[in-house]
Formats: sequence, structure tokens, C-alpha cells
Amino acid sequence: MLDLKDRIFTNLYGADTWNLDAAKKRGDWDGTKEIIAKGRDWIVEEMKASGMRGRGGAGFPTGLKWSFMPKNDDGKPRYLVVNADEGEPGTCKDRDIIRNDPHKLVEGCLLAGVGLGATAGYIYIRGEFHNEANILDAAIQEAYDAGLLGKNACGASYDFDLYLHRGAGAYICGEETALIESLEGKKGQPRLKPPFPAMAGLYGRPTTVNNVETIAAAPTILRRGAAWFSSFGRENNAGTKLFCISGHVNTPCNVEESMGITLKELIERHAGGVRGGWDNLLAVIPGGSSTPVLPKHICDTAIMDFDGLREHQSGLGTAAVIVMDKSTDIVKAFARLSYFYMHESCGQCTPCREGFGWVYRVMQRMVTGDARIEEIDMLQQVTKEIEGHTICAHGDGGSWPIQGMIRHFRPELERRIQERLAAARAA
Amino acid sequence: MSGIEIAPDHLQPSSFAFTEENLAKAKSTIAKYPERKQQSAVMPLLDLAQRQNGGWVPRAAIEYIADMLEMPSIRVWEVATFYTMYFLAPKGKTKVHVCTTTPCWLRGSDDVVKACKESLGIGMGETTSDGAFSLHEVECAGACVNAPVVQINDDYYEDLNYESTKRLLEAFKAGEPPKPGPLSERRGSEPAKA
Repeated sequence: MLDLKDRIFTNLYGADTWNLDAAKKRGDWDGTKEIIAKGRDWIVEEMKASGMRGRGGAGFPTGLKWSFMPKNDDGKPRYLVVNADEGEPGTCKDRDIIRNDPHKLVEGCLLAGVGLGATAGYIYIRGEFHNEANILDAAIQEAYDAGLLGKNACGASYDFDLYLHRGAGAYICGEETALIESLEGKKGQPRLKPPFPAMAGLYGRPTTVNNVETIAAAPTILRRGAAWFSSFGRENNAGTKLFCISGHVNTPCNVEESMGITLKELIERHAGGVRGGWDNLLAVIPGGSSTPVLPKHICDTAIMDFDGLREHQSGLGTAAVIVMDKSTDIVKAFARLSYFYMHESCGQCTPCREGFGWVYRVMQRMVTGDARIEEIDMLQQVTKEIEGHTICAHGDGGSWPIQGMIRHFRPELERRIQERLAAARAA
Repeated sequence: MSGIEIAPDHLQPSSFAFTEENLAKAKSTIAKYPERKQQSAVMPLLDLAQRQNGGWVPRAAIEYIADMLEMPSIRVWEVATFYTMYFLAPKGKTKVHVCTTTPCWLRGSDDVVKACKESLGIGMGETTSDGAFSLHEVECAGACVNAPVVQINDDYYEDLNYESTKRLLEAFKAGEPPKPGPLSERRGSEPAKA
């Protein structure tokens, strides 16, 4: 279990107040000027050495991503954009950072800004987080008033502005190029890549988009050192991580733990165990709704990091653990997710727009067994036609859960169809 | 993206303008973005207009914002119809948004929906006859470890069940909304005490 002294997010539950004075007592904004003085290259190298991989779902190495920003300074704007459009079903960690520990994020923006050579940062927060946005806005203002942001931020001879932008209810804006479009005042429809944002992002300028947790962890990593952070977890899966444990557990919660903790320990130690005991477990979605489901026998030994879950054809995603006990109508659980992906399709690419509508309609019939056995294969095949054939990863993210369900719960799908057929014959 | 409800002509005001206070807010919002990138302010300005106009964006406001930001009005329409938090027709004074996505559903959002329908006497997407409440189904609200949740206007209410949802709505009807957050013993997302 992660020692309390090694937790980055010490005010995750809001036991203490969020404001600048309290944040400073918790260790935020300590020696920020000195870190900035170490320079852009040092910051990027330290992040690389820490082994931090992006906490928004894709797990791309953060230091490497930062190094993609052009090195030459043409005197024109370049941007850090923080993705606070948290909406992947199961995920609610960034909300806690924003409302209870916002100065970690604000300080992280400045330090990441230096690492990227950015002139300004925009934090894009989902519109529903209205009260959270108010707190973050106030934290940004506090930082300005204290000379920590703006011209000569922290007295470190670096100019950096930070702004908050509220979304308005579109999951797709969590996709980085859709987010940029939205920030430019357009519909949130993803862009074709290349060009990647590091070359042409916000307003056509070099831009790096990072998740809230990634950025908010950066100051602690830079203060305590890459070696400290990488001492947690396994090789290539370093660090501590916020986990969200929801669904059929006795005490659902968010918690910071070491990467590489087993799924079973995570659930039993922090979430009070599965409702009715471990043997009452049916399945777990380990990393937010897009990651394929794991049946109980895999959950018995699964390791919660990028590689540990990839081994089981799933993924760490946002580390949002959705637990389902044996009372769950597993087909209905996935039918509801298929509705989500249909609803949140931006409509730009045909496979996603039309495909997820079709998937949802078939899934509704799978719930009642009003389907033909061969339609299970057809469902699988249609998700394969969507996956990899769209501009953005929404097509993949909506296909994987259905594929995972078929992979592990095909007998349940067949049972419902057979039972319905038998009932029809009897009638 | 289908099923956008736009208020009929007789409900549309003939003109719209920000109040002095909101005009100042709009200007400071526009100033967050670089010169000539004022279009970035379209989302916050639509939100501001919606709040000023009792919870929905009239056609005149869309034209007004288009003028203010020097955008073709069709571009503002695109934004106003793409995002789910803009309403283009009058809804309840108090909007009740129920999350029914899988993590909430696993924790009993069906009961929350039932409580809302019974308490308000309306179905999903409907508004009470006195215009006080409307009921909306939303996709993942992003508070899953405090499921099931509803958002009422700007505030989240969490850790709900059938009974607490009924009590919550009765409190709103009485004009005494409780403090937002979990309606359980919890403060936030910490594990509940055993």
C-alpha cells in the first residue's frame, strides 16, 4: 500500500481547504522559481526520466510528448492545453484535483509551460463542472495576485498566462483535436492527424494537450525527483496513480495508489471489497468504459498498470475501475454503454455515426435474446469495421467494450437467444 | 445530434442584448483569447446568454453573439446545436439532469429516475405545467464513485437512492435546496466509514 508520505494528492478528499495559503502549507509552489531556473531541457529530461505516462487514457510518455514541441523560438504564441473534459464513464479523478487541490494543477501548468516553451495555457473543463470551474478560476486568480502567473511568473523571468475555458456537454471534446476545435469556438469535431498539435494545434500554433492528473503531478515529480516517482510501479509503468473505484463495491472511492497494485488488493483494501465478497464478483471494467471487460478469473490476478492489463487484451485507460457483481445484467450494462457511444459520436465519420446506432439497436435485442446466434458474429464484425476506420479514437473506444463483452460473455449472449427460441417454440 | 428543439416563433423575443453586467463579463471573456480569435468566446457567451434569458438561448441571442464576435450566424448555430448544455427552447426553471450511464445504473439510477418521474409527475425531456421543473437524462456526469448522481441546475447531488432523491426534490419544491454534494455521510469521494 502506498505510504501516505508518498501521495502526491494529499488533499484529494477536500479535508483541507483548496486555497493558496493552505496549498502552500501542503508543499505547493515551493521552490517553483528554482525549478524554472533549471531550464526547459532539464524539466523535459526529468519528466522523461520519471517514466510518467499520460494519465488521460492513452498512456503516452509525457516527457517525450513535451520534447515534440519545436525548439526554435519564433516569438509567436505556443500553447499548453489541459484536458479537464473528464467524461469517460467511471472516471472522476480530475474533478477531485480541481475542486480540492487546484494549485497543484495551476503550478503544474506553469512548469509544463516552461518545459514546452509555451506562452500561455488554456484549461478546458467540462461544462457540467460549474462549481469546480469556479474554484479553479479563483485559484488561477490567486496565483496571478501572488505574482505566480503572468509576466515574470514566480519572479523567474518567464511570462506565462493561464486561462480557463468551460465546455458545454460533449464527451468528444476529450479528444485532443476536438478539444482544440471547441476551444477555437467551433463544433467539437476531431481533426485529421497529421499535422499533430505539436506542429499545428490551437490557432495553428504548436500545442501540447495533457490530462489534468499528468500536469498536476508534475510539480511534485520535479521537486522530489524522477527517481522518487519511478521507484513506484514496474518498469515502463512507473509512478503513483489516481484510481476511481465505482459500481458494486462496499465503499466506492477515489484513491491514489502505486501503479502495479493488483486489482484485487485495490478493491479490497480501498473500496471495502466486492459487495457480497470476492466470490460474488462477475466482472470488472478496469480503466474506464472504453477498456475491455475482465471476467472474474482474470480479475483474480490482474495487475493494474499499462502492461499488466494489456496482457489481458484490455488497458489501464483512466484507471477507472467499474465493478460488477453477480446480480448484474451484463448485457444490459454494455447495451447502456453502446448507447453512450452512439450518443457521443460527433457525427463526422460514417462508421462511427452509423455503426454505433446499429450496435445499440442490436444490443437492445441481445438484452432480451431477441436475436439470431449468427448476429453475435455480425456484431463483432461491425465493431471491427468501426475500429480503426475513423478520424479519432471514439470508434475504437466504443468498439472495444463490445468486443470484450463478446470475448468473455458469449455464452451468456447465446443463452438468452436459446431461451427465447425455446420459449417461442413452446408457445 | 438530431431532435434539437427550437422554440416556436411566438416564444422568440424580437431582440436580445446583454445586460450591462453581462456585457462587461462578455468583454472580459473575449479578452482571454488572442486578438482576432474572439470566436473562441462563443461557448461562454452562449452560456451567459442562456443564463440571462431564463435557461434557454433565443434566436435573437444567437444573432447578437454572431454580431459581437464577427462570426457568420450559422457558425454560432452549429455550436449552439452541437453541445448538449445549450437549450434553444424554454425548459424548467429548475433543470434536473439524471445520469443513467452504466456506473450510475449499477448503483441504482433506475430508482433515481423513478423517484424523479413520480415526484415531478413528468417524463424524461418534459417540463412541469407550471414551468418550475424539467427532467433530463444525461450521459456520464463524471462523479462515478458517488453514483448515482443528479445535477440540478449547476449543482451535483450524489450518493442518491429512491428515498433521498424524493426528499431532495421535495426540498427543491419547497424552495429550500440542500447543500450540494453527497446526500450520505460522506464529504466527497473518500470511502464511506464502515
